[in-house]
Amino acid sequence: MSSILGLAQEEDLLALLDDGEKETYITTAAFKTTRVINGHSIENAAKGVLDVKISHRFGFINSGISDLFGLDNATIRIGADYGVTDRLMLGFGRSSFEKIYDGYLKYRLIRQSSGKNQVPLSVSYMTAMAITTIPFTDPDRENFVSSKMTYVHQFLIARKFNDKFSLQLMPTLVHRNLVVNANIDNDVYSLGIAFRQKLSNRLTVNGEYYYVFPDQIADEFKNSLSIGFDIETGGHVFQLHFTNSTSMVHKGFIAETLGDWTEGDIHFGFNISRVFTIKGQKTVEH
Amino acid sequence: MKRLFLSAIVMVFAFSLFGQKHFTKDGHISFYSEAPLEKIEAHNKRVTAVLDSESGVIEFALLIKSFQFEKALMQEHFNENYMESSKFPKAVFKGTITNLEDIDWTAPGKYNANVAGSMTIHGVTKETETTGVFTVTEEGINGQSTFVLLCADYEIKIPKVVADNIAKEIEVTVDVNLQPLK
Repeated sequence: MSSILGLAQEEDLLALLDDGEKETYITTAAFKTTRVINGHSIENAAKGVLDVKISHRFGFINSGISDLFGLDNATIRIGADYGVTDRLMLGFGRSSFEKIYDGYLKYRLIRQSSGKNQVPLSVSYMTAMAITTIPFTDPDRENFVSSKMTYVHQFLIARKFNDKFSLQLMPTLVHRNLVVNANIDNDVYSLGIAFRQKLSNRLTVNGEYYYVFPDQIADEFKNSLSIGFDIETGGHVFQLHFTNSTSMVHKGFIAETLGDWTEGDIHFGFNISRVFTIKGQKTVEH
Repeated sequence: MKRLFLSAIVMVFAFSLFGQKHFTKDGHISFYSEAPLEKIEAHNKRVTAVLDSESGVIEFALLIKSFQFEKALMQEHFNENYMESSKFPKAVFKGTITNLEDIDWTAPGKYNANVAGSMTIHGVTKETETTGVFTVTEEGINGQSTFVLLCADYEIKIPKVVADNIAKEIEVTVDVNLQPLK
């Protein structure tokens, strides 16, 4: 009898200690980097990590061979994100297009997790401010600095369904202090949707679409649609994409996208992200 | 009455068997590697280990996700790209001490041990052998070992572009304090 008992225990020595999940695991890496394409992803730079981003958008592909399909014209945004805590990220940037300076903060309110505490999705709040520094179109009018400012409030709601597939919804409010005429709303409500699908461990395909609710912006403006690839090589993430939006700040790509995909008004562009660890994580005291 | 007697016997047997087992749930396993461009070091302080001193069976289990790195991105890539920890959450070693006769678990002191068994990492199981040192004290048993693993043995792929950042050989250090299992 004792041998039977002994054998039974021999079989699962480790099971003796297995008393269920004791820890909660925060789901990580729903996206490769802090941007999907133009807009934010659910990801933050980790605490103490500086993520320097250099982004280009070339001219419209339909500009033809004389402009080498847009490669002759490029706008650039240089910026950086910094993880202040595991939940709070701050960032800023400067775009050559409309000479815009932008700053933002992103805070992780709810984090998807598995294990002891299971949370099905993540929610972050992102707020941004941008100031355009090109001269006023109407210099004779009484102009205020505040007229050049725009604000964004955005919730990012994301779920990493499995290793490969993540989906994100982005209800967004863009507020412009000054609009072209009185018939146009200062506030623009939109709903964004984004996904990423891993093709391999280091290559993903991403998509991002912002639907602007009707009767808020002039008819000439289109919804922003972008599709691209993330290529990750250790400390860098290269994002290569096609988009109909010229601007890389929210008020621009959500409310002022002029390009029409069906007409070939498509920009090729890329974001390069390089991560620097300023303050390391605590591992284990030796 | 008969049933009570039987269960009492079972309990006595169970207790005597348990008495020969030592365990921990917060053992420490770390690994270190040095490539031309990058040193990689990570620690896992939530290692489960069980030793049956009578039979010499020794087992370790840990969760890949519990390895802590200094660089957050390294930790992410370790889990996402290399170990695929959502697919293969655990690493397990099941082995036996092959020179059990050299170790007196009742007398405090240091004993060299040879251990042979099967290691499962990244879903790949390999037979392996290593040496270690057991230190028997009044409080319990401390086990220590250092050995080298090859990434290729466990089908952990390292792309050419990062070949200068990630070493092919990983030095693993084990340090567990085992307490009697009650």
